[in-house]
Amino acid sequence: MSLKQIDERRLREVALTPDEYRVIVQALKRPPNDVELGMLGVLWSEHCSYKTSKKLLRKLPSTGPAVLQGPGENAGAVSIGGGWAAVFKIESHNHPSAIEPYQGAATGVGGILRDVIAMGARPIALLDSLRFGPLPASRRHFEGVVAGIGGYGNCIGVPTVAGEVYFEDCYANNPLVNAMCVGLVRADQLMRARAEGAGNRLLLVGADTGRDGIHGASFASLELDEDSASRRPAVQVGNPFLEKCLLEACMDLTRTDAVVAIQDLGAAGLTSSVAECAGRVAGAGARIDVLRVPRRERSMSPYDVMLSESQERMLVVVRRGREREVQRIFEEWDLTSAVIGEVTDDGAVTVMEGEDEVARLPVKLLTEGAPLRRLTGVPPEPAPILVIDSLPPPADLGATLLQLLASPNLCSRMPVIRRYDHMVGDSTVIEPGGDAAMLRVKGTRVGLAVTTACNSRYCELDPNLGAQLAVAEAARNIIATGAQPLAVTDCLNFANPDRPEVYWQMEETVAGLAQACRALEIPIVSGNVSLYNESSGGAGIYPTPVVGMVGQIDDYAERLHAGFRHEGDFVLLIGSSHNDLGGTEYLKVVHGKVAGRPPALDLVRERAVSRLILTAAHAGLLRSAHDCSDGGMLVALAEACLLAGFGMRGPALEPEPPLRLDAAFFGESPSRFIVSAPSRAMPELQSLARRHHVEIALLGLAGGDVLELEGQLRVPLSDLRQAWEGGLA
Amino acid sequence: MRFGVVVFPGTWSDRDCGWVIDQVLGAELRYLWHKDADLKGCDCVILPGGFAYGDYLRTGAIARFAPVMEKVIEFADQGGLVWGICNGFQILCEADLLPGALIRNSSLEFRCEWTHLVVERADLPFTSGCEEREVLRIPISHGEGSYFADPATLSRLEQNGQVVFRYSDVEGRVRPNANPNGSLHSIAGIVNERGNVLGMMPHPERCAEPELGGTDGLKLFRSVMHSAVEVLTV
Repeated sequence: MSLKQIDERRLREVALTPDEYRVIVQALKRPPNDVELGMLGVLWSEHCSYKTSKKLLRKLPSTGPAVLQGPGENAGAVSIGGGWAAVFKIESHNHPSAIEPYQGAATGVGGILRDVIAMGARPIALLDSLRFGPLPASRRHFEGVVAGIGGYGNCIGVPTVAGEVYFEDCYANNPLVNAMCVGLVRADQLMRARAEGAGNRLLLVGADTGRDGIHGASFASLELDEDSASRRPAVQVGNPFLEKCLLEACMDLTRTDAVVAIQDLGAAGLTSSVAECAGRVAGAGARIDVLRVPRRERSMSPYDVMLSESQERMLVVVRRGREREVQRIFEEWDLTSAVIGEVTDDGAVTVMEGEDEVARLPVKLLTEGAPLRRLTGVPPEPAPILVIDSLPPPADLGATLLQLLASPNLCSRMPVIRRYDHMVGDSTVIEPGGDAAMLRVKGTRVGLAVTTACNSRYCELDPNLGAQLAVAEAARNIIATGAQPLAVTDCLNFANPDRPEVYWQMEETVAGLAQACRALEIPIVSGNVSLYNESSGGAGIYPTPVVGMVGQIDDYAERLHAGFRHEGDFVLLIGSSHNDLGGTEYLKVVHGKVAGRPPALDLVRERAVSRLILTAAHAGLLRSAHDCSDGGMLVALAEACLLAGFGMRGPALEPEPPLRLDAAFFGESPSRFIVSAPSRAMPELQSLARRHHVEIALLGLAGGDVLELEGQLRVPLSDLRQAWEGGLA
Repeated sequence: MRFGVVVFPGTWSDRDCGWVIDQVLGAELRYLWHKDADLKGCDCVILPGGFAYGDYLRTGAIARFAPVMEKVIEFADQGGLVWGICNGFQILCEADLLPGALIRNSSLEFRCEWTHLVVERADLPFTSGCEEREVLRIPISHGEGSYFADPATLSRLEQNGQVVFRYSDVEGRVRPNANPNGSLHSIAGIVNERGNVLGMMPHPERCAEPELGGTDGLKLFRSVMHSAVEVLTV
């Protein structure tokens, strides 16, 4: 079959390559018609097909004793005890947010909520991992995204409890918006989006279908360029009120056993939801009639209907003959629903327009047919070497601390946090602002700790080690609350993988994630990949593998907060410090360098420290615990004071050579915590530390209104607060 | 004592209020669906927080027309206890059960944070468990919670002692920097002249258990419960 039979411009429109077109023609033994071409174009887009990353992703560990559902469904699920399952997933909405920050971020939240709802779970928490270019230049992105997340999450009544905000030059044209949702469901009521049972009905529920978002998935699979602004119509508009009704109605579906499956309509709309639902059952297919799809606009073609990405829609597979029963539940919430077709056993997606067949494609071709891309990674030039001997020692430790606390990457996130409702649901037992947040599972004593982590500067300097450090930091965030890490959802953001050095970053990142998750025994149960975060002419983003993590504690009464709790408690540094200045915030803020190797990570040591913290927490020896990460030990210490509302006093800290003073204070060695403990707990804590072979050092006593290390540093708490709280102003 | 919690489409504090009533307070709970003009014999009706009907057009503007609201207005006119929290306060203003309006926060941003409230009326069924001038710590969560009324209405409210809660600092001092949303006279909650309809922006149902950061909100729920018991035993 010759390529000449198709207009190359048309191929570009649907984002298919000539080679991919040939594969399609070969499989069908005929050229696809226009509707079929559009359907294949969106499903074969990078966003839907993972054709660039699929081979790599297979290397990630995804099994473990708690895993109820691994990758391949709308979201992953783990058992958390008491018969409950936590369902969670993270997803990117980078490209839409770059063009239209408010709606891009809002619909990102809406989409991830539907993924969790589709598993039959009630969403109980949202998290957002955000990256922007530096302020003030990137204020439009920053303000719009934060407002959009709040606009959607606050309205729908799911608390936004954690996340990250980072500012780096590399995100100036390509901000990252990764939204994560966590939900709860009885483990025996966990739903799977499988189109079982030929003859069962396909019910389309929620918003009417309009022309919005056509080719959204394809657009997300391209670099941004000067024409990107003209793709604003490919960004959808969110309606959180409608989704709230959809959420409640879906929760009410548990009243009936008439529902076989629920599938969210996200990227690639009806095409992907029908194909994916059928693709999960061997031999299954679907037949739908576009004339039965409730529409927002007149004269929409089958092409428009199949590719629309109108938000707030769900596909429900209903047992044949039980349609009315299910439709009545949606009517109670004033939601439109329509039977648009049925499950078949012919392994094909057939699209009718009344009596006319307008498309017929094998399910397998749609969902698994995209040829995987064979790319070769080539390491880039090595990162600039850091000669730490050339760094002058900090002249004034107090001034340096204030400078770091005021840095946009380290300062208080309260100006963002307070714009999100983080309390609705009456479950937030650790509020945002510390390490992980914690939600209680009502009716039990179980607490669920949730966090996201990634220091992309580390990843730029060494993607493999950076990815390991991201997993380790997320785990420490969970452990700092006294909870045990359970599982990961990852959002892998990269620049253009067609560049060999970017593909190399992907390979290294996945290898690093796999290594750390294996060593720490934390499986990855769901995730998302976002590529082409690059602007034409400009540089791409740092590799940014955001690690979302969920952990569990049997009794949340034993949870730990990051801030000190009682004046007079002993303040301790757990873990050892090394000359880890490469890639640190200190190096960037004070010396203006992004250089060196990221902090060294020993996963065996990481485990030992984690075990010590959890054992001590469980034995009631600790009053607080805070992860030492970005900014180093002194910043973590200051944060623990600021969250407490009182200071700390101790003797001067004299690091033993070869440890440098600046590295002791501002180095970012992993596997460290700042903890506080009552004096009576000290003997037991010290013997526990010896048993776990973990260093423990007394820093001072909590209390007072200054942070003081005698003769070395003395900063009033009010000065710390002023610097810390003003950083985003 | 039977509490009714109204559920509009878009309401989200219904489950939180229900949790406190049912699980913390141990009182009787009925959810009241917006389409049903039936208060199911409840002794106190709560209009909870959320975005009823999406709050499109204007907060509370559509909710006031819901079938259940006819009964709520009747119930209020007969002296029944009606308690609007956040969105519920906005709906009560739209329904003319309370004077004034809630407009956009002066920061022009949504605010979810802990606030301190000084109690100015401790003789109401909603506050009888508080001391006068007591300072309560209760969180807010709203984008449009800035209380506004014309000068005549404001002075009438003040003269009649209808201001129940004012935003204050931790010591109970009413200061501009303790006012989170620009409310006139730092008003966080008001009651009607008869004393049976309360509207407040802060969320007492979010602080009824120590693990959620405080129990000051429970004082209000307990007050309502005790007042009903008193009425029954008189």
